Amino acid sequence: MTDTVPESPAAPGEVEKHQYDVIVIGAGGSGLRAAIAAQEAGARVAVVCKSLLGKAHTVMAEGGAAAALGNLWPDDSWQVHFRDTMRGGKMLNNWRMAQLHAQEAPERVLELEDWGALFDRTKDGLISQRDFGGHRYARLAHVGDRTGLEMIRTLQQRTVQLGIDVYMECTITDLLQEGGKVSGAFGYWRETGAFIAFEAPAVVLATGGIGKSFKVTSNSWEYTGDGHAMALRAGAKLINMEFVQFHPTGMVWPPSVKGLLVTESVRGDGGILKNSDGKRFMFDYIPEFFKAETADSIEEADRWYEDKKNNRRPPELLPRDEVARAINSEIKAGRGTEHGGVFLDIASRRTPEFIRKRLPSMYHQFKELADVDITQEAMEIGPTCHYVMGGVEVEPDTEMSGLEGLYAVGECSGGMHGSNRLGGNSLSDLLVFGKRAGDSAAAYVAGLSGRATLSDSDLATAQELALSPFTTSGEGTDPSTGSGTDPSTGSGTDPSTGSGTENPYTIQHELQQTMNDLVGIIRTREELEKSLTEIEKLKERAQHLKVSGDRRYNPGWHLAIDLRNMLLVSECIAKAALEREESRGGHTRDDHPGFAEKWGTLNIALSINAAGDGVDLATQPLPVMPDDLAAFFEEGH
Amino acid sequence: MSYTLKMKVWRGDQSGGDLQDYDVEVETGEVVLDAIHRVQATQAGDLAVRWNCKAGKCGSCSAEVNGRPKLMCMCRLSDYDESETITVTPMRTFPVIRDLVTDVSYNYEKAKELPYAELPPRDADGKRRMMQEDVERGQEFRKCIECFLCQNTCHVVRDHEDNKKNFAGPRFFLRYAELDMHPLDTVDRRSMTREQAGLGYCNITKCCTEVCPEGIHITDNAIIPMKERVADRTYDPLVWLGNKIGIRDKDRDSRTEV
Repeated sequence: MTDTVPESPAAPGEVEKHQYDVIVIGAGGSGLRAAIAAQEAGARVAVVCKSLLGKAHTVMAEGGAAAALGNLWPDDSWQVHFRDTMRGGKMLNNWRMAQLHAQEAPERVLELEDWGALFDRTKDGLISQRDFGGHRYARLAHVGDRTGLEMIRTLQQRTVQLGIDVYMECTITDLLQEGGKVSGAFGYWRETGAFIAFEAPAVVLATGGIGKSFKVTSNSWEYTGDGHAMALRAGAKLINMEFVQFHPTGMVWPPSVKGLLVTESVRGDGGILKNSDGKRFMFDYIPEFFKAETADSIEEADRWYEDKKNNRRPPELLPRDEVARAINSEIKAGRGTEHGGVFLDIASRRTPEFIRKRLPSMYHQFKELADVDITQEAMEIGPTCHYVMGGVEVEPDTEMSGLEGLYAVGECSGGMHGSNRLGGNSLSDLLVFGKRAGDSAAAYVAGLSGRATLSDSDLATAQELALSPFTTSGEGTDPSTGSGTDPSTGSGTDPSTGSGTENPYTIQHELQQTMNDLVGIIRTREELEKSLTEIEKLKERAQHLKVSGDRRYNPGWHLAIDLRNMLLVSECIAKAALEREESRGGHTRDDHPGFAEKWGTLNIALSINAAGDGVDLATQPLPVMPDDLAAFFEEGH
Repeated sequence: MSYTLKMKVWRGDQSGGDLQDYDVEVETGEVVLDAIHRVQATQAGDLAVRWNCKAGKCGSCSAEVNGRPKLMCMCRLSDYDESETITVTPMRTFPVIRDLVTDVSYNYEKAKELPYAELPPRDADGKRRMMQEDVERGQEFRKCIECFLCQNTCHVVRDHEDNKKNFAGPRFFLRYAELDMHPLDTVDRRSMTREQAGLGYCNITKCCTEVCPEGIHITDNAIIPMKERVADRTYDPLVWLGNKIGIRDKDRDSRTEV
């Protein structure tokens, strides 16, 4: 849906072609910020996205963007933010990314205001900041609990203002390269099924996460790990894939909304967690690592909201990994609610006016979808798959991956958040590294002497692969493994010439169940090994997909293509989780509780195997922090 | 508790289509989008539908449910009798692409014509100051999730295709109002709102406000105040006289007319 949409689908074998300096895949916060930066730096830029502009996952972010503006607590600084971020990630973060992030986040947030964003204000008229888990000071710039919407709309309007070309509902399936450098990308228009190729010496991956591989998730259909998988196949490395963030508070009832996010702002603004006995249980789960900075009595915890100097943080505001594990333990111990969650209570803590003002979208969400008035009663919540810390390994200052010309930003990049991301650090991450990637991609292209070309044979291969779900041979499949229903075609002609038998929706469903059951919040060797066997079986079955209908706006076909990515990233997660024999951040091994010293300085890196049908794993040392930064973590800080 | 829901879903494309019947297993507490997804996963893999967040935050799954413009993700099955047939059709104002997916590019074209915030330099300390009460008016409009249900419902374009050229629609009147009420913005766009956006076409029937899933008071808080401001600028004899003899509306001093 742009000016460039062809009137009719390209004829068979024909591919619509475009030339740009930089193409950005994904139109969430990081993608749009990268596109804006690259365009402002003089590059010709296109954004290509699977959904309509303004619908990317960033729109669902609720709490805020963490930035040490110091508007409420003047003692806040980038150094404190940096320290909080590293400790939240259990020191496994790429220190340079954490440093750049903390230093540049304030200016990136103020820039949004220049472009028309309307953040909530302090009494002095400055941008207001709210408390969140793991942050020493109230640090999150916010707009009620719809900060992501404000951010995406601001960036979207800026993108339109600058006249950047946007290819909406256009899915990129493969990266193209020549002579060891990126040369472009190949994909299809969802509307027509027609193929499209971009020739561009710089490609920025901003495709978000992988959460759709899990059953209970706060993520949308788009989160199929496209950027992760395309980077792998193009020869780049992924790191930290074992670290998946389960947000402590997802809705658990009714079934329709299971997994839907309940913002951490509820706890930041005073909400507490209780089990079915009515006990405020988080005081029983304060880990040694955070003892010194966490309140150990209800009185101290309650005083902290007003007086941060003389009191320590309530345990409800421990980093997300700690809270999610605690909730999981309470439920397992039989102290869960009727629908398998625990209670999140703000009704007894704050006035209805305060709650409606600060958490309007949560109020609306529970009222509309669960018949619960959160100003009067407690919410039932439980952990939900929310974010992947792992992603494409990049050079911290430029965001370039191991493949020349290929950049990755936001959730699909790895390193910034270590083993666990603090709430609020995602929106600021998108802005900081989005801008850096856009700037460096534009500079990289400006410095090139020649341009690569797209090879016809590569395009033919990519086309063949994209069309394979229509033509797969059913040889060797067992028809009884299907869903048992006949996916009849509703309309259109069926171009399928193959005899595949597998329903892509069924494979997706089984993958989600497998990941949820075997690679979830608590993991063991036995279950992880079993998950890898299951994933292999699903990979085999996915060779024999059966897609009904034709190529025009066909979600079944789109899913069949996305499945390839989902299976590959799921394998990465399970393999890395099996390898890391310790518990740290978003990776908890029941058979290896606690940190293992050896793993505190190692990253697990994954790359595509020689056959191209799976991944190889290697460990590599974590970059070592310079002494001046390391000093922040010594006693007394 | 599960039961079999009878659904009629419009399937087709620009060349035509019709309502098709589906019987689908649903559970209490589910929404229309859940039922559509189940049809897709088990009976019609190629059923075209847009969705993203499934939480009323992204505005992707707009359609007409039993003739009423709604977000399918916020449309609970418990609001209907279990024996009732639920009919889902695409938004009528926009050309259909396939099944429930419509071509909403009209809205993205209109968005390209919009003005944008133009603020003065920041304060000396590099920050900006605005009072909460002053940003709240604009914040209400920025709650818009761009589901385009208001655009779909507005009779100015719903039944008059040729008006689309000259009419931005309620969603974008919100943007004009937001900028006009921005405490720091420096531009007076009242003429633009009348001439370019076609504010005058709106005769405040409030249909847009009624269907807004975000509960934005589009008519009362955005359109009517903008109409008043535009009228002040254009027709008010006192304002005309004031301008003539040099007594000016002080509120407008910080804005430059375009």
